[in-house]
Amino acid sequence: MKSLLRRIAWVRNLSLVTAIVIVWQIFSGYVFPKTNPSFVTLMPPPSAVAVAAYQLIISGELGQQAWASLEREMVAFAVACATAIPLGMAMGWWRAVYNQMMPLTELLRPMPPLAWIPLGILWFGVGNQENEFIIFLAVFFPVLINTIAGIRSVDVQMIRAARSLGANESAILFRIAWNAALPQIFTGLRVGFGIGWMALVAAEITGARTGLGFLMWDSRNFLRTDIIITCMITIGLLGLAFDQVLLRVMHWYLPWWREAR
Amino acid sequence: MAKLVVDHVNKVFQLVRDGTELVALKDITFTVEDGQFYSVLGHSGCGKTTLLNMIAAHEKPTSGTLTIDGKPIVSPDWTKTIVFQEHTLFPWYSVYRNVTFGLEMKRLPKDEIKETASRYIDLVGLRGFEDRYPGELSGGMRQRVSLARSLAVQPLILLMDEPLAALDAQTRMFMQDELERIWERDRKTVVMVTHAIEEAVKLSDVILVLSPRPGRVRSVIPIDLPRPRKETDPRFLEIKEQIRDLIFQDFVESSA
Repeated sequence: MKSLLRRIAWVRNLSLVTAIVIVWQIFSGYVFPKTNPSFVTLMPPPSAVAVAAYQLIISGELGQQAWASLEREMVAFAVACATAIPLGMAMGWWRAVYNQMMPLTELLRPMPPLAWIPLGILWFGVGNQENEFIIFLAVFFPVLINTIAGIRSVDVQMIRAARSLGANESAILFRIAWNAALPQIFTGLRVGFGIGWMALVAAEITGARTGLGFLMWDSRNFLRTDIIITCMITIGLLGLAFDQVLLRVMHWYLPWWREAR
Repeated sequence: MAKLVVDHVNKVFQLVRDGTELVALKDITFTVEDGQFYSVLGHSGCGKTTLLNMIAAHEKPTSGTLTIDGKPIVSPDWTKTIVFQEHTLFPWYSVYRNVTFGLEMKRLPKDEIKETASRYIDLVGLRGFEDRYPGELSGGMRQRVSLARSLAVQPLILLMDEPLAALDAQTRMFMQDELERIWERDRKTVVMVTHAIEEAVKLSDVILVLSPRPGRVRSVIPIDLPRPRKETDPRFLEIKEQIRDLIFQDFVESSA
């Protein structure tokens, strides 16, 4: 009962969003058709977007394209985690590794992932691999930087305490430093996923025949702004949903973390 | 059996800024007999924590030797465990797993780990809290876990760096009694660093007073009052006064 009330109370937070949608509907649906009809094509009313979205969902097109995008994101995300986390741990823990890797990563890091698109297309052609490559680059660095910082943040006293209890180097790395770094690694995963998701759209616009980015770009040719907006909203919602999933996983996997703050 | 001998130990730090040398400890010599509760008392900055870190082998002396039962102290291990002022419990492990950490590092058999851990959790009065995370405990409870964790591995010497300093006054008084009770159980050799005179007089067999900058042995004072000691006992007050004068005198001299 109480949780139901709280849920209803939360709906109040959607007041502004609702107001914006209503104003949008009034202008695109009733004002523009009388004053400047071309505006309606450029910015169709929410009702038209809803119809387009409904048709895209029924036909299965939206699901198909969203899945194509998600699949790319997941593959790239998995590869980026599998490489950035171990490398980040090594760089955070061993000074020598850090010193050698630092010039390389510091040079590559400021390059926008999108700057790799020309080379990516030449190397991998148009398709999944090229897209995954771009997303991989986008996810990799936030995860790497946060892993390094997480490993470095381990309290010296805590390491000393562990040593005094008989822990050797590997126990300190895997049972102390790793655990201490996990909250920040998760932060890196969330940031990385978000940046990867942004890069995905650009990668698909330039180098794909499927996916939400492709669908948007393709719809532009037919002035189907209703589909473009549907894709934009889908991208936003999926990004939000995945961030929430990561946050839930974090709270479930690190039950101690909230209490420790 | 664990007798600690600190023999003519000097510690000099090189300042990172300009490479000048800072003498932290000068010619420190003392002996802690087996089963003694030994306190090192002094101002902040007199090098007492450095001294403790050297006993734990987290730092090396510039010259001089430290030995436990005749064997030189080389590297940190379970033979000398530390209870720190701030909780250095592992926040990602439950109370139980914090206590078993050192036992697992010792590679003891599973049932022995279980038995030992629950015995020490009982000893510090935390039965029923095994599954809690450190973040869910009060300051006093955390220090109990820290104590249980350090004692469970059966160290030869228990080191304590201002173990009660971060607690509020009431918890602190209560924990002093607890510390004494726990120590009296198995009469472990203890070296405690503190700046609280009353705490040192209440708990210690011997108090070593360090003078500040550089830290030198100012005086070694055996406390032979019967336990448990009362803070209102005239002799207790007398010793307290005596130590306070000693430290105050040093303070005036070093500030002048």
